[in-house]
Amino acid sequence: MDYSAIFSYMYTEIALAGIIVAALLYDLIAGKKGRRAFHGIMCTVLLLFTAGTAFPFHKETASIFGGMYVYDPMYVIVKSVLAAGTLIVFLTSDSWLRKEDTEFKRGEFYVLTLSTLLGMDFMVSAGHFLMFFIGLELASVPMACLVAFDKYKHNSAEAGAKYILSALFASGLMLYGISFLYGTTGTLYFDDMSAGINGSALQILALVFFFTGLGFKISLVPFHLWTADTYEGAPTSVTSYLSVVSKAAAAFSLMVILIKVFAPMTEYWQMLLYIVIVLSITVANLFAIRQKNLKRFLAFSSISQAGYIMLAVISGTPYGMTSLVFYVLVYMVANLAAFGVISAVEQNSGGKVGMDDYNGLYRTNPKLAVIMMLALFSLAGIPPFAGFFSKFFIFAAAFDQGFHVLVFIALINTVISLYYYLLVVKAMFITPNENPVAPFRSDRSTRIGLVLCLAGILALGIASSVFDGISLYSFGL
Amino acid sequence: MEYTIFILLLPFLSFILTGLLGTKLKPVAAGTVGTVVTGIVAALSYLTAFSYFGAGRNADGIFPVQIPWNMEWLPFGGNLHIDIGILLDPISVMMLVVISTVSLMVHIYSFGYMKGETGFQRYYSFLSLFTMSMLGLVVATNIFQMYIFWELVGVSSYLLIGFYYTRKEAIAASKKAFIVTRFADLGFLVGILIYGFYTGSFSFTPDSAVIGSARVFLPLALGLMFIGGAGKSAMFPLHIWLPDAMEGPTPVSALIHAATMVVAGVYLVARMFPLFIGYAPEVLHITAYVGAFTALYAAVVACVQSDIKRVLAFSTISQIGFMIVALGVCTSADPHEGGLGYMASMFHLFTHAMFKALLFLGAGCIIHAVHSNEMSAMGGLRKYMPVTHITFLVACLAIAGIWPLSGFFSKDEILAACFGFSPVMGWIMTAIAGLTAFYMFRLYYCIFWGRENKELHAEHKPHEAPLTMTVPLVFLAIVTLLAGWIPFGEFVSSNGQAYRIHIDWSVAATSLCVAAAGIALATWMYLREDRKIADGLASRFSGLHKAAYHRFYIDEIYQFITHRIIFACISTPVAWFDRHVVDGFMNLLAWISNKVSWMIRGMQSGYVQRYGIWFLGGALGLTIVLLLI
Repeated sequence: MDYSAIFSYMYTEIALAGIIVAALLYDLIAGKKGRRAFHGIMCTVLLLFTAGTAFPFHKETASIFGGMYVYDPMYVIVKSVLAAGTLIVFLTSDSWLRKEDTEFKRGEFYVLTLSTLLGMDFMVSAGHFLMFFIGLELASVPMACLVAFDKYKHNSAEAGAKYILSALFASGLMLYGISFLYGTTGTLYFDDMSAGINGSALQILALVFFFTGLGFKISLVPFHLWTADTYEGAPTSVTSYLSVVSKAAAAFSLMVILIKVFAPMTEYWQMLLYIVIVLSITVANLFAIRQKNLKRFLAFSSISQAGYIMLAVISGTPYGMTSLVFYVLVYMVANLAAFGVISAVEQNSGGKVGMDDYNGLYRTNPKLAVIMMLALFSLAGIPPFAGFFSKFFIFAAAFDQGFHVLVFIALINTVISLYYYLLVVKAMFITPNENPVAPFRSDRSTRIGLVLCLAGILALGIASSVFDGISLYSFGL
Repeated sequence: MEYTIFILLLPFLSFILTGLLGTKLKPVAAGTVGTVVTGIVAALSYLTAFSYFGAGRNADGIFPVQIPWNMEWLPFGGNLHIDIGILLDPISVMMLVVISTVSLMVHIYSFGYMKGETGFQRYYSFLSLFTMSMLGLVVATNIFQMYIFWELVGVSSYLLIGFYYTRKEAIAASKKAFIVTRFADLGFLVGILIYGFYTGSFSFTPDSAVIGSARVFLPLALGLMFIGGAGKSAMFPLHIWLPDAMEGPTPVSALIHAATMVVAGVYLVARMFPLFIGYAPEVLHITAYVGAFTALYAAVVACVQSDIKRVLAFSTISQIGFMIVALGVCTSADPHEGGLGYMASMFHLFTHAMFKALLFLGAGCIIHAVHSNEMSAMGGLRKYMPVTHITFLVACLAIAGIWPLSGFFSKDEILAACFGFSPVMGWIMTAIAGLTAFYMFRLYYCIFWGRENKELHAEHKPHEAPLTMTVPLVFLAIVTLLAGWIPFGEFVSSNGQAYRIHIDWSVAATSLCVAAAGIALATWMYLREDRKIADGLASRFSGLHKAAYHRFYIDEIYQFITHRIIFACISTPVAWFDRHVVDGFMNLLAWISNKVSWMIRGMQSGYVQRYGIWFLGGALGLTIVLLLI
């Protein structure tokens, strides 16, 4: 075995594992002063890591460890998107981590978050179901710890319990499905398996069970029920991570596996996705309308956004994959901006996250209100913000493959979603409030994170080179 | 020539900077940023012009087109893509010089004119936005980029017309300008889309092989594009917004509504000239008739207006008509055989930009001095404001077409081109040139000579404008004096070859005589204190006078069509349908959504064991559905 190949292709994961170990050690040995610098160090390191691994070194596909691990330039792009999302989450989490009851364990936050990121990277790069499953679990288990990070708070603990129970249930079903696949095809390698896929009843069951595992992570209806409770209970920074990065990794792996493994069953999984998309978008919208808590509200919004992401998966084309990654990127900056604002307001106002608390925010904190507004506009898909372009590409991808009715349904739901996004904008800008959130100045790290998001919201749609750059490496059915 | 990118970037940065900082910036600082940036842009534009024309002609005897910078912005699949870039050719370089010069003068001038206004920073920010958009328009590498910047100039024009947004008239005027030009731009956009669809490109010079199949649609596409141009360039009947646009600050009128933006339509036709002449000469000739009618109409209206800015506005409309006519009468791309008008039009665009900006800036000084736009408040001002008086006179002589000022040379070329097309067109345009001389000198005498409004002047003594305002006047006056001697044909001509301008003395003599007659008539009627003759004529032909004063009721016709016909017969029923049927349906949907939302709330119970049941039930249900199909 040529070890140089491992370093040459697996550099992302190796570097990340190194960072995790280093962070763990630093956490142990750092003194008081060193801990105070921890945040800055982690953000810088992650920034360097993201920048260093953003562009693929090799333009060709390769596999190592006998096909367990696959290198593909597209995967590198996706991983860099995930890393960038994590970076923004880190940036916006400083004021929360500096609280008295989290300060002493802030190192754990970094280590756990980066561990899930490592798991996602393996999940994306897997060429074998075992590898995939290990990646998935590596991404899930630390996540449960993160959700329950504020463990003395009842909500957080409850959220953690709900998350881990649902995750176990989903993993169990998924493993069950994978075992059916192994039984009917005799292999777990992605490349070999598709030859044995024939659409038999058992394989349909296997497909659905496999799908539920990822459907849980992406929180698609009807596998979404944990989402609102967990999002509400988890610390806001964790929620933002959960709603974006975790979802993005799962959605991309789903598309890859559907294309690579289940290609002979395309009509089945398209049907499956069709139903799930309609359910996700519609049900989530119906729930979102009534939410009074912003974190719950964004939970349902993220379920409906997940439905939109599936529109790219259902097409199965290279164009679909490009629009998937682009959509995820755009959704990431918008959603992280929204959560960043929520987190800042929550930390500086003693835990205010209700929709009514945001009444009159514009008067006291105009900058935050404007960022929130732009983020919501982007999420709703209003031109000229990036969200409009990403929705456009997604719709075009599905429309090209003949899903006209589906796109129409999605369009109607976009209108409904506009309504509830604007409810928040109305609260911030129009509704008067005698006792609004007091003016405050958020910390520097949060400001940097929000400015990055803002730049993304404004520029990603206009700068067409981003979409073109992604499309260079896309593949499909 | 890579530095040309800064010609666009710098004003943009200045716009962002002054716009974002707003009132945090001191007024003087904002003005200085804007002016310095425009100064650099002007220097870069001159440098571009020198090195572009200095590089010389290529083997075919033309100045080669250069694209120093280009990026593919939005690909549509196939060959169709929208690019953003910078294209340098003789006319775009010429426009760079014109725009940056006038813009710089206006920036300097505004220091004095806008002093103490609230929103001084906002004003300079918008000026930068406009400068950037206008420069981007002229250097566009393709028709779509042109359209983007075309809309941007529209927006900046809207913002600047409505600068005094507390005044009702200003708001109405800005809305009117925006809506009318937007309406015309719809034609432009449809034209662009047809063009892109059939030729498969947005380039100005598509492959001749591709054109073959698109031939049939080109006249339609070009005609629609001309509608957009007619809107911006205030051609009849889309001219109604321009006189109202005078509600904006006067330097803005000088920059946008006299020298640069309003000639965008002319520039558009010149840009598409090879296609017009090659595939749609009949459309080109239609533009000539539109232009000629507009020139005549506006000249007649200008003769009786009493607001000096309105006189200048109609004069601008009329002069743009001249430029359009000059392009429209071209019958070939060879300047020696029927293609002279192209050069003449661009030449006139150049000289007109200078002397019309001068006129507007002069008018600004006058308004500054007497605090009114009405001629009745003026008269006899020559004693009080000598610099303004002399420079205004120079501009009046230039626009009247008196040798040796710049207007004479460019107008002479236009008239020669018209006579080359048909004698009728030539004589009509000559007569309009005479009218031009008449109304300009009517304006001149009414302002600087004639009956002085002593009461008003005793109350508030008119004074000469400060140096920041007079320096631009003097500079533009010098340019106006000398620009005629530029061998313009050496730089710009319809086929790119060098063309030596020679004065056709039979045409020149005729036009000089007509102009002199116009001036003489104006002198006879308006020089003296009592305007017996003028008033007598006005009362004798009171019907005509009143009609012309009311601009032949074109605005009223628009009013009638929009309010009585469109609003009453179409919009009201549609609004009713929308309010009751569509909204009712939507309310029903909202009601249903809310009900369903309540009905399914049990799903989100909070019990994780029930979630598991939903989860498993969902998975099995999906399996069953998949097994059944």
